[in-house]
Amino acid sequence: MTYSYYPGCTLKTKAKELDRSARLCAEALGANLRELDNWQCCGGAYTASSDEIATKLSSVRALLEAESREEDIITLCSACHNVLKRVRNDLTNDANFAFKVNNYVKPEKPFEGKTKVIHFLEFLRDEIGFDNLREKVVNPFTGKKIAAYYGCLLLRPSGVMDMDDPENPKILEDFIRAIGGEPVMYPYRNECCGGYVALEDKSATVKKSEKIVASADGFGADIIITACPLCLYNLESAKGESEVKYFTELLAVALGIKEA
Amino acid sequence: MDLKEQVLIMSGVDVRKCMACGKCSGACPSYNEMDYHPHQFVSMVKKGNIEPLMKSESVYKCLTCYACIERCPRGVEPAKLIEAIRLLAVRPQGSNHIKADDIPSLLDPELPQQAIVTAFRKYSK
Repeated sequence: MTYSYYPGCTLKTKAKELDRSARLCAEALGANLRELDNWQCCGGAYTASSDEIATKLSSVRALLEAESREEDIITLCSACHNVLKRVRNDLTNDANFAFKVNNYVKPEKPFEGKTKVIHFLEFLRDEIGFDNLREKVVNPFTGKKIAAYYGCLLLRPSGVMDMDDPENPKILEDFIRAIGGEPVMYPYRNECCGGYVALEDKSATVKKSEKIVASADGFGADIIITACPLCLYNLESAKGESEVKYFTELLAVALGIKEA
Repeated sequence: MDLKEQVLIMSGVDVRKCMACGKCSGACPSYNEMDYHPHQFVSMVKKGNIEPLMKSESVYKCLTCYACIERCPRGVEPAKLIEAIRLLAVRPQGSNHIKADDIPSLLDPELPQQAIVTAFRKYSK
């Protein structure tokens, strides 16, 4: 199993642990993640306006490079995943958009849609399978209460992201069960942490994240897990009782790659 | 082309579908920080009253989390209206909400790059 890997800006800087643990886990699970040679930052946000072209070109280039390799793209950061998947959707379903971006990018071969954008969680569920994953666990999180934090970008808009039920998701809870932990159900798991407003108005994002963390803590969580570096930052800024970790860090421990 | 038509084309939203249930504003995590709320974006666009929305701080408070879009029983997509109106506000030359020079003073050592690039994309052109 070989995949093109799109790390994104933050995994090369503030979220190195997300990058490192995911690469090690993929290797242990028999998958080869080949980093795209010429990836550029996705911009962090998909701009939902029919006349917006230039801000989507970096995703188009990543999709074209992966398709020329005949590989799917694996992403980890929720924001990269959201942007790449939505641009892929535009490229395959909106001929006018494809015409305009091709005028900029001048691809040797236009994007055909063979390359899919797969989040690492989808890779675990759909390519490895949670039952197979469970068999590979050597250090299960037995007795640990783990709260899944989805946030917004993994799930919404559900029609395009198509990862899980946007209001009652279970992919992270199934992951938690596969690594031997006990999922904590709490009502704020798919509410927004405040996102990029952290740059301009941190008090606003702390307030939103405090509600999320207090809810998870109140339901007895020991650890909160996320896929998104900005969610991790915002949830940590709320200074709750639970630790906040990337889901891949727990996976690395469960697979015996990393010390608990 | 008037501003209303521009917003409708950019967003692809059909404001006539709204049945004014208010669920968008009920779902909005930034409701308390907004002067105009998501349901008001829908009703004011319907009336063609765009300029007050362009000048409003609300366009910088929307997190684009899409809770309003996902939970609208009529598929109206208020966040796409807010996005289009924010673009109308920041696209003209000299209208950026954040300038590159503003950013260093806003940083803390742990803030991920993702927050900076996203805010810059949302607030500047």
